[in-house]
Amino acid sequence: MLQYIGKRLLQLIPVLLGMTFIVFMIIRAIPGNPAQVILGQQASKEAVAALEAKLGLDQPWYTQYFEFLMNIFRGDLGESLRTRSPVADELWPYLAATIELAVFAMIIAVIIGVNAGIISAWFQNSWFDYTAMILALIGVSVPIFWLGLMGQWVFGIEMDLLPTTGREDVRNPVHAITGLYVIDTLIQGRFDQFGQVLRHLILPGIALATIPMAIIARMTRSSMLEVMRSDFVRTARSKGQKMFLVVYKHALKNAIIPVLTVIGLQMGILLGGAILTETIFGWPGIGRYIYDAIGFRDYPVVQSGILVVAFIFVMINLLVDVLYSVVDPRIKYD
Amino acid sequence: MVGKPKVLSVNGLRTSFFTDGGIVPAVDGISFDLYEGEILGIVGESGCGKSVTSLSIMGLVPSPPGKITGGEILYGGRDLTKLKEREMRKVRGNDIAMIFQEPMTSLNPLFTIGSQMTEALLIHTNLGKRKARRRAAEMLKLVGLPRVEEIMDEYPHQLSGGMRQRVMIAMALVCEPNILIADEPTTALDVTIQAQILKLMKKLNERLDTAVLLITHDLGVVAETCGRVIVMYAGQIVEEGPVTEIFRNPQHPYTEGLLKSVPDMRFKQERLEPIPGNVPRPGAIRHGCRFAARCPYRFDRCTAEDPELYGTQPGHFARCFLRDKKEETAHDETLVES
Repeated sequence: MLQYIGKRLLQLIPVLLGMTFIVFMIIRAIPGNPAQVILGQQASKEAVAALEAKLGLDQPWYTQYFEFLMNIFRGDLGESLRTRSPVADELWPYLAATIELAVFAMIIAVIIGVNAGIISAWFQNSWFDYTAMILALIGVSVPIFWLGLMGQWVFGIEMDLLPTTGREDVRNPVHAITGLYVIDTLIQGRFDQFGQVLRHLILPGIALATIPMAIIARMTRSSMLEVMRSDFVRTARSKGQKMFLVVYKHALKNAIIPVLTVIGLQMGILLGGAILTETIFGWPGIGRYIYDAIGFRDYPVVQSGILVVAFIFVMINLLVDVLYSVVDPRIKYD
Repeated sequence: MVGKPKVLSVNGLRTSFFTDGGIVPAVDGISFDLYEGEILGIVGESGCGKSVTSLSIMGLVPSPPGKITGGEILYGGRDLTKLKEREMRKVRGNDIAMIFQEPMTSLNPLFTIGSQMTEALLIHTNLGKRKARRRAAEMLKLVGLPRVEEIMDEYPHQLSGGMRQRVMIAMALVCEPNILIADEPTTALDVTIQAQILKLMKKLNERLDTAVLLITHDLGVVAETCGRVIVMYAGQIVEEGPVTEIFRNPQHPYTEGLLKSVPDMRFKQERLEPIPGNVPRPGAIRHGCRFAARCPYRFDRCTAEDPELYGTQPGHFARCFLRDKKEETAHDETLVES
């Protein structure tokens, strides 16, 4: 198993290398240059050239790329051109905000999606099944920005129940330790703030959870329908086992692998930055951080930011593959 | 067998499937008794309703589309068809247990043998986990499995087909049920393993005094194992009687045909005689004898009236007008002609 994980990690190197190269080239293909953006439209050609030289942007692209790679291997994500501070320091609070939102959204999506799928399969062709599957169809098709805005309008403005933007009460800011506010407030015993943080998570969390929830529900249902017809399900029933345990123990464990795959992929997508959701809800996440950096042609931030996101994405998929063998003893790596 | 108390009594059982193509009566009014400690065979071709009969007794007919539409299944003074699901659960695995045809797919691939073996014990008895495990291990030893302790921690895919079927049998018997329903327990196994499994079932039947309802399409299996046999055709019982009696002197043309289509090693050159035609779709024939279309002795009455089960010897019945005392003379003539 360890050997397998090691092999997979080695395989990551070419994938991530290729990715850094593509991002490196694409960002430079966008018209405009960082020195010009920093100095403004009125700046003289000499000033721009001087700043370019200072930032190392006058070097040929392969020198710049090589330098970027060498820095990455040394664990240095580079410096922001705009703020002159290390990307690694700058990145974390945004990444933490995204992780917090993505994990919260995924918890909602998994709890509701998996259960809706199971019950739909258990009572196939019942009113619950039809309702759940119609909702799931709507869920995958509804535009997130519309759902987000409607949520803000109904629950934030009209009913005044939930905050519509940000991740904390600005009059009572959270003192960051890990950057994950749910954890930070608990460590500090600030339960009032903990409640606030949770309330801030609800609307963007639900908006973000909708699509994965719908996909998970549909995948769970189809996987369960297949398993429920298995002989071993009948065997379990013939022992006098309760239907609930037949479904949730015997059948679910057999049906969960394709669902795990979907969860892994969706989690990667959520972490990769839900730019739309983050923009609508003023969520200071990694998606917006990278998006803003593109506006400033802040090359190191874009390059390293996307590298980190891609790294997380592939690590989640590796984790899912490892989980397969935990669930199913027949799946053996090595 | 008669003289021993009945453990199960099926009376006029009807199980139908409500499909888009209409109502299909898979089991169409069958009645039989199962006596304590006996092995009763139910034999018939695919689609004759033998598996649906066993699932009806277990209350496991897939529903929808299947449903028991009539009759009763009496066990311990209760009609199982009337029990609520919660009460039926207490019967399953505890009083009546079942083993299935496919040992490859009937065990859950993701749970250890030990966990699947102890499941029924934990449901039906007050045994703790440790005691349940010990009891399960004893049972695995009883069905002749080697290195029991290791097997308890293994998964089904690590065992061979024969071993898995032994596990299935041990699993079914672990709560010491009064009745074991075995639905084609040896069909999916190699011939040599088949013989072992049948021998094992016979041994356990004698040792634990469990009544066995053995469902099979294989007359050889019946001959080796059963005391009595029921022959089913198109959802009905066409013949019932002691095995020796039926093999020596079949009273229904269908049984006769079945016996002729089994190879007999004593006569090497003899060609097998298949029964002409096919098994009718359940529900296709509503009037008259179900077998009439394929029967060599068919006469007018066969398609006009429904035959009953007529007694020929004590404990031996056949659903054929030829065995109707009124038809005795006509029967003789037919036989002469053929």
